[in-house]
Amino acid sequence: MSGEATSLNPVADDGDAPAVETPFRRFCRDYADSHIATGAFFLLVAIVLVALFAPWIAPTDPYDLARVSILDAKMAPGAESLDGLTFWLGTDGAGRDLVSAIIYGLRISLGVGVMSGVVALCIGATVGLTAAYFGGRVDAFIMRIVDIQLSFPAILIALILLAILGKGVDKIIIALVIAQWAYYARTVRGSALVERNKEYIEAAQCLALGHNRIVFRHLFPNCLPPLIVVGTIQTAHAISLEATLSFLGVGLPISEPSLGLLISNGFDFMLSGYYWISFFPGVALLVTIVVINLVGDQLRDVLNPRLQK
Amino acid sequence: MTVFIIRRFMQSVIVVLVMSFIVFAGVNIVGDPVEMMVSDEADQAEREKVIKSMGLDKPWYVQYGRFIAGAVEGNLGKSFVYGEPALQIIVHRIPATFELALAALFLAVAIGIPFGVYAGLKPDTAASKTIMAGSILGFSLPTFWVGLMFIMIFAVILGWLPSTGRGDTVPLMGIDVSFLTMDGLAHLFLPALNLALFKISMVIRLARAGTREVVHQDYIKFARAKGLTNRRVVLVHLMKNIMIPVVTVLGLEFGGLIAFSVVTESVFAWPGMGKLIIDSIQSLDRPVIVAYLMIIVLIFVVINLVVDVMYSILDPRVRLSDVKS
Repeated sequence: MSGEATSLNPVADDGDAPAVETPFRRFCRDYADSHIATGAFFLLVAIVLVALFAPWIAPTDPYDLARVSILDAKMAPGAESLDGLTFWLGTDGAGRDLVSAIIYGLRISLGVGVMSGVVALCIGATVGLTAAYFGGRVDAFIMRIVDIQLSFPAILIALILLAILGKGVDKIIIALVIAQWAYYARTVRGSALVERNKEYIEAAQCLALGHNRIVFRHLFPNCLPPLIVVGTIQTAHAISLEATLSFLGVGLPISEPSLGLLISNGFDFMLSGYYWISFFPGVALLVTIVVINLVGDQLRDVLNPRLQK
Repeated sequence: MTVFIIRRFMQSVIVVLVMSFIVFAGVNIVGDPVEMMVSDEADQAEREKVIKSMGLDKPWYVQYGRFIAGAVEGNLGKSFVYGEPALQIIVHRIPATFELALAALFLAVAIGIPFGVYAGLKPDTAASKTIMAGSILGFSLPTFWVGLMFIMIFAVILGWLPSTGRGDTVPLMGIDVSFLTMDGLAHLFLPALNLALFKISMVIRLARAGTREVVHQDYIKFARAKGLTNRRVVLVHLMKNIMIPVVTVLGLEFGGLIAFSVVTESVFAWPGMGKLIIDSIQSLDRPVIVAYLMIIVLIFVVINLVVDVMYSILDPRVRLSDVKS
């Protein structure tokens, strides 16, 4: 690790030096080196926008009971409804347009994934920074807990918690946060251990700044790059995990039809040959996860100073 | 060494105790067991009788003590659904889950290593690039959805393989197994492949990375210079050296297979303990849920303990750094 690591960080840069090439620009250029990753980034932006503006983009409101007709149930992709609307991806068992259902489902899946990711990141980062900054017994104690938790697969922890807590949006977010915070804590601690021995932390301590200020204003911004990478990958995990748990019937309630629940609904019809009801929501889920992973992979390469040419 | 094992053992005991407390507290404090036992019309006197008979009028530490005492004796209550002791129901389901997990482990090695070694030996061919792209997909694909697609393609459209259940079983040393009958094998294949998918991708990556490293080592060059056939160099000299990380990681990941079998078993209606827990959560069969959680924690703690101890035998640095801290 050299001093390069800090200057590469887009967040630490406050942009007052009129450099020809700001770190942020260099970051963008490095990122755009890979065409696949650039495409994945734009696709991800498109997916997020679609999810955000679902009510304006979706052709129909799939949960408006006045509009949904059981007569349209289980129609094949491309079929037309009685009032002339085309169901490009077909309809599900209750006659809901699958395109609309997927768009609304994406909204819930992304919402739960990102929300749990952000909360887990905050908790994990705070715990990891505390461990690294104070060291000694505090560090040993926290990291022992982290190690023990990481020896259980995330899905098992989430399943144990949901078996106790029951269904619900809040409950699955709690379960995902508890299942994931340890990954963030370990990542932050790793980079904070390196950073805390550098001169600027020593300088901050000499200025007698408070612990909070040193940890969050000085140490934290410099630990961000690996955290961003882990954050993207873990969000993809969280989305996949939520879909899995909802599919198993222990995640979200039926009132919050995420992609996992859509797939689960389609499972009942698949053995009768109505494949599209669970096929297309699965494709949407898969594309979302792959795109996030591709972006995360490229971020890891770009933000890793050891891989710089 | 002994100090290390004792420390790790104590840690495992603490983990089991903490988890048992979380499960006990979660089930008894978050939910109200009395609500489930008495009807809505029951009057106060009747409620109190039930509370007393279940020992719920005692302070929590007495209740917890009784719970632990019962658990140690193997008594975790009777299932509401099946009417049998919960522990017994789960123990009956363990062989099916282990069979599935072992079959998946076998597939991960049998498919992952040849592909990985090939991709490592010829990294620039189109086939290798396809293999690597496929392994990325294997990491990203949600297991349950792939399972559904397997059922759709191989069971519904092609009709080659059965989609649910375990098929015919034969007893082997007192345990029913599927893999010794043709029907059982046909039933086992899809779920095992589904469960193995993630691990196949991982083994491919490990084998490829290992191969690329080992290929440039002197002993491989020497073996080639000696005039050994390519076949022998790859199968003997190279293989032996890439197996170390693969075996280590697979050992670590066996627990993960058991955890993820919850998903695969639900998709393929495989009658293992994973399907049992999902069914029990659905039907609020509390004693079975508690018993399952305790057993799965125990299985994991034992796996982790064994891995830790084996690690410390293989790599003395691990135990030295631990004893110091």
